[in-house]
Amino acid sequence: MRLLIKNGRVIDPKNKTDGILDVYMSGGIIEEVAPGLDYSGADIEEIDAAGMIVAPGLVDMHCHLREPGQEYKEDVASGTKSAAAGGFTSVACMPNTDPVIDNVAVVEYIKARSKSAGSVNVFPIGAITKGLRGEELAEIGALKFAGVAAVSDDGNPVSNPALMRRALEYAQTFDLPVISHCEVKELADGAMNEGYMSTILGLRGISRAAEEIMVSRDILLASATKTAVHIAHVSTRGSVALVRRAKQDGVRVTCETCPHYFSLTEDAVAGYNTNAKMNPPLRTEDDVQAIIEGLRDGTIDAIATDHAPHHSDEKNCEFDLAKNGIVGFETAFSLGMTYLVAAKALTVNQLIEKMTAAPAEILGINKGTLSVGRSADIAVIDPAARRTVDVSAFHSKSKNSPYDGFVLDGSIVHTIAGGKFAVRDGIVL
Amino acid sequence: MLDGKKDLLGLRELRAETIEKILDTAKTMKFILNQKNKKTGHLLGKSVVTLFYENSTRTRLSFELAAKYMSAFTSGVSAGGSSVAKGETLIDTARTIDAMGTDAIVLRHGMSGAPRLIAEYTAASVINAGDGMNEHPTQALLDLFTMREVKGGLQGLKVAIVGDIAHSRVARSNIWGLTKAGAEVSVGGPATLIPAELGRTGVKVYHSVQEAIVDADVVMGLRIQTERQKSGLFPSASEYARFFGINEKRLALAKPDALLLHPGPVNRGVELSGAAADCEQSRVNEQVTNGVAVRMAVLYLFTRREDE
Repeated sequence: MRLLIKNGRVIDPKNKTDGILDVYMSGGIIEEVAPGLDYSGADIEEIDAAGMIVAPGLVDMHCHLREPGQEYKEDVASGTKSAAAGGFTSVACMPNTDPVIDNVAVVEYIKARSKSAGSVNVFPIGAITKGLRGEELAEIGALKFAGVAAVSDDGNPVSNPALMRRALEYAQTFDLPVISHCEVKELADGAMNEGYMSTILGLRGISRAAEEIMVSRDILLASATKTAVHIAHVSTRGSVALVRRAKQDGVRVTCETCPHYFSLTEDAVAGYNTNAKMNPPLRTEDDVQAIIEGLRDGTIDAIATDHAPHHSDEKNCEFDLAKNGIVGFETAFSLGMTYLVAAKALTVNQLIEKMTAAPAEILGINKGTLSVGRSADIAVIDPAARRTVDVSAFHSKSKNSPYDGFVLDGSIVHTIAGGKFAVRDGIVL
Repeated sequence: MLDGKKDLLGLRELRAETIEKILDTAKTMKFILNQKNKKTGHLLGKSVVTLFYENSTRTRLSFELAAKYMSAFTSGVSAGGSSVAKGETLIDTARTIDAMGTDAIVLRHGMSGAPRLIAEYTAASVINAGDGMNEHPTQALLDLFTMREVKGGLQGLKVAIVGDIAHSRVARSNIWGLTKAGAEVSVGGPATLIPAELGRTGVKVYHSVQEAIVDADVVMGLRIQTERQKSGLFPSASEYARFFGINEKRLALAKPDALLLHPGPVNRGVELSGAAADCEQSRVNEQVTNGVAVRMAVLYLFTRREDE
C-alpha cells in the first residue's frame, strides 16, 4: 500500500524536522518527506493532515503486556490495540510475566504472538536475573540473540549490589541496556508515599529514600565499572538531582519518568483510591515540580507509560491488598500535552522527542524517527482536540486509571505501524 | 443517618456539631445504663452484626451489649469461623451480611479504609470498630465523652497523647475529634513512633514525654505492641518504659487534677507503670462504661432512617 500524508506539521525531533511537509510511504517504508509532494496512481491513498501534527509513532520503553500468564489482565492483542489507540507504534514489554521472560522460549513466544496478534511492534525486555529472583544472572547473551531490547528485573530491584555490578558489566558485553527498578525493599514496606497523606489515612508510607538510595547505588556502580544504566520510573526530587549530578560528572546514566509523576500527587490517594496506588508511589507537588524541571533541562531523557493493567477485582479491594500500577497507553500523550506542553514546561517537539527518539535511542532500536528508509511508523495527532477520558472506552482489557473524567488536550487521529493503519480516524482497527 | 451519613467511618469526616450531637445522645444513654432495667426500644426490630477480622474482647462486647440494651438482634462473625476463611472477599462478605436484612455492620479490620470500602456496597450502616492504623471513632468518642463529663467541656482542654502514635487508630481519631472540639493536643513519643508530618494536623509534636505532658488536663497512654520491637522502632520494653512510659513522676508534670486515660488493655510496666495504672486520676474503668453509652448513641443515630 502506498500512502501520502499531506499538509501536516511534521515534527521529527531526531532529524530536527519541524514544518508543513508531506510524508510519502510505500511498502511499509518511508520514501520521502518533503513539501508539496504530488504522487498519483490508483493504489495511492492520500490523507489530508492540515492542522494536525505528523510525528513518528510513539515509543514506549516500559510497559506490561501480561502475556504469557496473566491474559485476564491484558494480552498482546489487547495491549497493542491500547498502545495504538495512544499513538504508540513500538512498545517494550517488561519480563514479569508468568513464566518470566528469562529464557529464549518465552522471547520467541512473545515475538510470535506479536507477529500474529499485535497491532504495533513489540520489543520484549529480558530478565536480569533468573525468575526475577535477584540471585543469579539470566542467560543475557542468549536473550540478546533471541531479540530482547534490554534487560530489567522491573517490579523488583536487584538488591545485591555485587550482582548488579556484574549485570551491568555482563550486559555491556552484549551491548544491551540495563533498566533498573530502583527500590530498597526494606525501606519500601508501605502502600503509598510517606508523608502527610499516609499519616492521615493511616497507611504505611514508603520513604523517598527507598528509591534514591538505589538510584545513587546504581549511578556509583555504573561510574565505577564505566558501564551504562537506565533508571526506570523516576519519581522524586532527590532522584532527579542525583541523575543530574551524575550526568554532569560524565556517568553514562539515562532515566525515564511516567505521566503520573508529573500530573498527580499523593493527594490522589484520598478516599483510599486504589487507582492511585503504584510503585514508586505518587509523591508531592514539590516532587512533581522537580520531575517537570528534570524533563525540561534534559536530566530526564524519556517518558514511558509503565502501563500496568490489573483486573478490577485486584483494585476494588482493601488498599493494602490492591495491586500496584495503572494503565497508561491511552492517556500518556494527552497528559504530556496537558501537563507539560499547555503548562509551557516543554514544547510539543520536546514532548515528542521524549516519547520517540529518546527512548528508541536508549533501547538501541531503529524506531522513533521519520527518516527515509525507516519503517513507516507514524502518529497523526490533533493537538487542538480536547477530550474527556472515559476508562470504559479503553481498548485495554483493564480500566485501572486514575484519570477517568479528566479533560485532556490532544487526541490521536491515525496510528500507522509498518505502513498499516492500526488507528484510523480515531477508530482502533 | 446522621448529618447525611449512614456510616460512621471516622471522626475526620464529621463536623464538630455532629460529634457533639453523638456525645449529647450518649449522655442520655448513660442515664439508661445506670437504671435497674436497662432495656430500651431504640433498636427494636433492628439487627446489628459485628464483623471482626481482628481479635477483640472489649470493643466487640461493648457493641453487642449496647445493641442488646436497645432491643436489637445481634450476631457476630469472626474472620476465622466463616466463609472469610475460605477466601471470600471483604466486599462479598459484606454484601452477604447486608442481604440478610442487617441494619448495622460493625466492622473491625486490620487494613485502613476497609469500612469505607464496604460502605459503598451495603444498605446497612457501617460502623467502624477500628480499621488498621486509620481510625477507631467510637473509642475516641468515649474518650471525648469521659473528658467532657469530668472537665465540663472540651474547648481549650490540654490533652497529651503519649506513645505509639504512628500505628494508632485511637490516636488519629482522638486527634480529629479533639482538634475539632477546640482542645489543644500535644503528642509525645520516640521519633520512630511519630508519623510523618503529624504537625500539619494541628497538634504539637514532642519527642520527650515530659514536654508533651507538662500542664496537661488529660494524659492518654497508648498501648505499645511489643512486636514493634522487631522492626527496630524501639530497642526493648524496658528501655521504652524508662524513657517514654507514663509513671507517677511524669504524671505529676500534668495539672494536679489531670485525668489519665488508656484505651486498654494496658501493658503494665511498659506504657503505664503499675502505680500510674492504679492511681486515683485513672479513669480507665469509667471509659469502659462510657464506651457502651457512646456505642448505644452511635448505633441509634446512624441506623435511624429519614422516615423514622
